[in-house]
Amino acid sequence: MKMLLQLFLAFAKIGGFTFGGGLAMLPMMQREIVEKRGWATQDELFDYYAIGQCTPGIIAVNTATFIGCKKKGLPGGIAATFGVVAPSVVIITVIAACIQSFQDVPAVQWAFDGIRPAVVALVFNAVLQIGKKSLTDLFAVLIFLAVAVLAFFTNVSPAVFVLCAGVLGILLKGGKRRAPSA
Amino acid sequence: MPLLLELFLRFFYVGLFSVGGGLATLPFLREMGEKTQWFTPAQLSDLVAVSESTPGPMGINMATYVGYTTAGLPGSIIAVLGEVAPAIIIIMIVSRVLLKFRSNKYVDWAFYGLRAASAGLIAVSCLSVAQLALFKTDVFAATGSFFAAVNYWALALAAVVFVFLRVFKKVHPIVFIAIGAAAGIAFHLIAQV
Repeated sequence: MKMLLQLFLAFAKIGGFTFGGGLAMLPMMQREIVEKRGWATQDELFDYYAIGQCTPGIIAVNTATFIGCKKKGLPGGIAATFGVVAPSVVIITVIAACIQSFQDVPAVQWAFDGIRPAVVALVFNAVLQIGKKSLTDLFAVLIFLAVAVLAFFTNVSPAVFVLCAGVLGILLKGGKRRAPSA
Repeated sequence: MPLLLELFLRFFYVGLFSVGGGLATLPFLREMGEKTQWFTPAQLSDLVAVSESTPGPMGINMATYVGYTTAGLPGSIIAVLGEVAPAIIIIMIVSRVLLKFRSNKYVDWAFYGLRAASAGLIAVSCLSVAQLALFKTDVFAATGSFFAAVNYWALALAAVVFVFLRVFKKVHPIVFIAIGAAAGIAFHLIAQV
């Protein structure tokens, strides 16, 4: 029980003090989980992160589940996950409550008029970073372009693109492997 | 269907199919907004700003926000539970077969295609956020002129923030959100004078 509480608190601290999630959480995880508590080695943490990045769900949550699982099985995974999301739920609920009642204040609307272009820049920058990491060759670029064009002009669910691209990845890479021997 | 159950199921779906975290949930939220009318594209864009400038994983912040605006506090808790449930189930299974999963070539190949698709989906989300922030759709509808409809002030602000982002890589996103907010208020005050 004490371990579960420790898992919850450690991850609540990580969730409450990092902005942006995902990769922004890595340094904090390193300090809290590897250096301070020794719950995982550096290599293990990177492995969890790599898997967290390519399995469905939110990277920070996936990593928390992994470490919780390793320490205390299913209850540990749940305690760590609840810990990492708890600060978000509290903070965002408070903000959402305030924003709803402040929505009619002109200054709030003006602020969002400026925030929206800033968000465009942030998202665009994220696209560049993700592109650099995931578009490793011509086929990947083609999949990227095909999905982008189809998603822009059609109303097909994103899930369909994700699933098709997964199958396509297996076919392309598998075909490439066999090609030289054939 | 009861609202809370629908919230849980819709976010379960988002958590199950969005790979890569945070912004990867954006295309799914767009789809959700269109289907349910729970929030408009403009609200979704504000939601990204709020999520980026508050602590915690972005995907969770977005789920909390949508859940709260849709069904209050129970809504925010249910939405978050829905979003993390697939991850808990999947990671639980994966952690048991960790080594097999890591060295399986088919899994590796699938993720090769999947990451590219994920990047494509996020790029389209970026376009829709940009359209909303930098383009006056009503002016375009009225005049038919592309250049008259561009919001040059917003475009310039986005460009400046982008340059800052590339130059000061260590600076926290919240700083840029704050700069945007200050610029927005300043612009309106100056315009009023």
